Amino acid sequence: MCFEKVIRELGGVILSRGPKLCNFVDWRGFKVVYKRYASLYFCMCIDQDDNELEVLEIIHHFVEILDRYFGSVCELDLIFNFHKAYYILDELLLAGELQESSKKTVARLIAAQVFCLMEPCCFNGFTFQ
Amino acid sequence: MIRAIRACKTAAEERAVVRKECAAIRAAINENDHDYRHRNLAKLMFIHMLGYPTHFGQMECLKLIASAGFPEKRIGYLGLMLLLDERQEVLMLVTNSLKQDLNHSNQYIVGLALCALGNISSAEMARDLAPDVERLLQFRDPNTRKKAALCSIRIIKKVPDLAENFMYPASSLLKEKHHGVLITGVQLCTDLCKVSSEALEYFRENCIEGLVKTLRDIANSPYSPEYDMAGITDPFLHIRLLKLLRLLGQGDADASDCMTDILAQVASRTESNKNAGNAILYECVQTIMSIEDNGGLRVLAINILGRFLSNRDNNIRYVGLNMLMKAIVVDAKAIQRHRATILECVKDSDASIQKRALELVYLLVNESNVKPLTKELIEYLEVSDQEFKGDITAKICSLIEKFSPEKIWYIDQMLKVLSEAGNFVKDEVWHALIVVISNASDLHGYTVRALYRAFRASTEQESLVRVAVWCIGEYGDMLVNNVGMLDIEEPITVTESDAVDAIEVAIKHHRLDLTTKAMALIALFKLSTRFPACSERIKDIIFQNKRSLVLELQQRSIEFNCILQKYQNIRSALVERMPVLDEATLSGRKAGSLATTVSTSTIAPCNLPNGVAEPAAAPIGDLLDLSSDDVPAPISSGGDFLQDLLAIDLSPASAPSSGTSLPPKAGTDVLLDLLSIGTPSPGESSPSALDMSSSTQDNKALLANLNGLASLSLLPANATSPESSAGAMGLLDVFDPNPQKRDENGPAYPSIVAYESNSLRMTFNFSKQPGDPQTTFIQATFTNRSPNVYDDFLFQAAVPKFLQLQLDPASSNILPASGNGSITQNLKVTNTQHGKKPLAMRIRIAYKVNDEDVLEQGQINNFPSDL
Repeated sequence: MCFEKVIRELGGVILSRGPKLCNFVDWRGFKVVYKRYASLYFCMCIDQDDNELEVLEIIHHFVEILDRYFGSVCELDLIFNFHKAYYILDELLLAGELQESSKKTVARLIAAQVFCLMEPCCFNGFTFQ
Repeated sequence: MIRAIRACKTAAEERAVVRKECAAIRAAINENDHDYRHRNLAKLMFIHMLGYPTHFGQMECLKLIASAGFPEKRIGYLGLMLLLDERQEVLMLVTNSLKQDLNHSNQYIVGLALCALGNISSAEMARDLAPDVERLLQFRDPNTRKKAALCSIRIIKKVPDLAENFMYPASSLLKEKHHGVLITGVQLCTDLCKVSSEALEYFRENCIEGLVKTLRDIANSPYSPEYDMAGITDPFLHIRLLKLLRLLGQGDADASDCMTDILAQVASRTESNKNAGNAILYECVQTIMSIEDNGGLRVLAINILGRFLSNRDNNIRYVGLNMLMKAIVVDAKAIQRHRATILECVKDSDASIQKRALELVYLLVNESNVKPLTKELIEYLEVSDQEFKGDITAKICSLIEKFSPEKIWYIDQMLKVLSEAGNFVKDEVWHALIVVISNASDLHGYTVRALYRAFRASTEQESLVRVAVWCIGEYGDMLVNNVGMLDIEEPITVTESDAVDAIEVAIKHHRLDLTTKAMALIALFKLSTRFPACSERIKDIIFQNKRSLVLELQQRSIEFNCILQKYQNIRSALVERMPVLDEATLSGRKAGSLATTVSTSTIAPCNLPNGVAEPAAAPIGDLLDLSSDDVPAPISSGGDFLQDLLAIDLSPASAPSSGTSLPPKAGTDVLLDLLSIGTPSPGESSPSALDMSSSTQDNKALLANLNGLASLSLLPANATSPESSAGAMGLLDVFDPNPQKRDENGPAYPSIVAYESNSLRMTFNFSKQPGDPQTTFIQATFTNRSPNVYDDFLFQAAVPKFLQLQLDPASSNILPASGNGSITQNLKVTNTQHGKKPLAMRIRIAYKVNDEDVLEQGQINNFPSDL
């Protein structure tokens, strides 16, 4: 299914849910877990046999890391720095699974790569602890 | 650029800005502008996220990835992951770059490559790069190891054969201390176990103690700021470990034993006031329920479930219901205790919870609690939302059908459902109801009275009206004379004219649809015999519809009128009480797919005067001529299954013309015969029953049988069966021209002359096993019509793809002359589209006569259509 159709459909379903309802929706045979932070909704689509409560934790984990990185993150931060948000996401999830449960480690890795960016050419990486 | 786009007020403006930007980017790409390359790609990604097409940027990604610098690679990989997916062929071009980057000395570049591979690799790429990834599982840097582990997951999902290679490295990951590596390592092992049973065995034997120890350490570990979440150290690790333990313990008692202690510890000591704790408890309960039985643990788990169900937080209740659904398989009794809570959840305002609760209730129902549960559900039906009504109705109906302890209860409940939500009830359901009603002969009076009352109360629910109308038509006399009153009933006086009123309402009401009105018309017709006093009035009502603009109604009313006026003598025979409908047939039909596509096979004689226009036009034309003048000529195509009623009307029209009277209205006997043919009937005379309707639903065919006296096909003027004495056979003699074909065991089919030429005749005899409608056994018999002997006789057959053919060896290959002997050969044909497509076969027959080779070919089209 094409990307924007998915977004439109899911958006419709999730936005129409009231505040008191549970954070899980059934959609096309999958489960979608969503969490609302102010005006932003973070949604994750998972299989039938995944643990929904854990996914809520993962979403929260991600948001906390973003918060730490951007310093009190808000929506505009994410819009204007979407590529950085993606880099952080790439440190957190890979192949659909959680990669790192420590916020400190993720932050360190991002910082290290920023350092790499500053060099004009590649070099043998230092191993940051 | 982003600011510019956000500043746009309308969609058109936005498109304009985007188009300009795209043009600029395309120009830059063409000029190979290096400076702003990654800025351009970033812009492109944003545009893609907004939903615009961006394929021209794909090659840019590749170029960026191939360049040497880290920043370029980084944005290139990100672009790759966003703009491409595994289905694009361009992805293959990246394989080489990926291979180089996987072996790069900069660990972050390795990390980028692993990330890209793990997220979007295709199967070929996975296969090519698997050895590199495997090697990286032992890389010096833990961050790279963890990425390699997750990347391996994707690889083994795409190429399960490679799973064995990852087994050993994965198990060594389990011994690590670094949480990130541990989490990913455990996840890798979990997926390995899912993909390969060998891996499962290996881990089961070697790793369980290690895992249990790790879990214990984590559960008991002191506060650690880095991994602490809501008071629990690294809940993610807890959960992953529990998942893996679940897989390992499932089905293996020893493994399960090792885990019981730690599971008990986790289940009892985890705090459940925060989401993290609940997540762990959820996983723990799932594990306990999946592994081999241990009484104490199970009790613990069910207690936790109970707590979840009564929690105020919707999420927890949802999760609890989910768990219950899985647990019910294991321990149904314990779940019954929670019935009341579950019923509460059905009434919850949250749609997800409602759905789950409803499914659970459905699973919970058994013979002992079906009555109270159904009562609750029906009460809820009255207050539920429109969107939900359909679901609930379907569930209630199937519950009633499965578990109904007695017919009267069934009928009562169905009546309630129909009154409440008839419009949501599917056709099969109310058809089944009619079947049950007709089978419950002692309840006929009760049923018709109840329906009458309900019908008078409201005509909103279409299905209710249909069932009511049918019953009043059938059992009208019971209604009026208060026949078969049960103790619980209140007396009700209904006069004949009231009954006719009721049906008139059905005809006239503007909101009711064609099917209902058509049913009402025939009900009136039936009543005309049962209530002779109202005959005139009924005639008038029918007459009024003669000019109806709806073809179906017009047709019916004209025919009924015709019978009422001219053919009084057969009228009562026509509308005798319906025979008891065969419930077994109904369920068999529901199970099998007796779809009734109109058969356009060349069994022209019997078919489809109605509903199927062209092929049958000729014989129909004849019949129409025979009938009275005011029958409209055009045959309506499409339309209603009940049109087959037409069949009845036309044939009696031909009867008087030949002067033969109808067989003594053997009434019930003959109609009972009808019953036994109710199913794919023998004889060419009635494959029609099923084929008649132009729709493809089985239930329509059933009703075609029901309401028709229907399977009475139209015997064409060129009746095929010589046994039937007079030309146009009497209506009720129609079926079963070859009684001896009737087979106790299964439906019987007449033999056909499959192929005939001046020199050869081939006949087919059919039989089927009773339980296997798709397979037909054919015995082919060849007779020689010439005076010369045939040698080297060879028969070959070819069938279309949806048929499977097996040919047994022939009895001999010499065919004596002039029919002095014959060759027989058995065939077995399996029709995978049984019911939808008839059999068809092409044949070749080769033989030698007087030392000359002869080849005859042909096609067999006259298979009975319901084979």
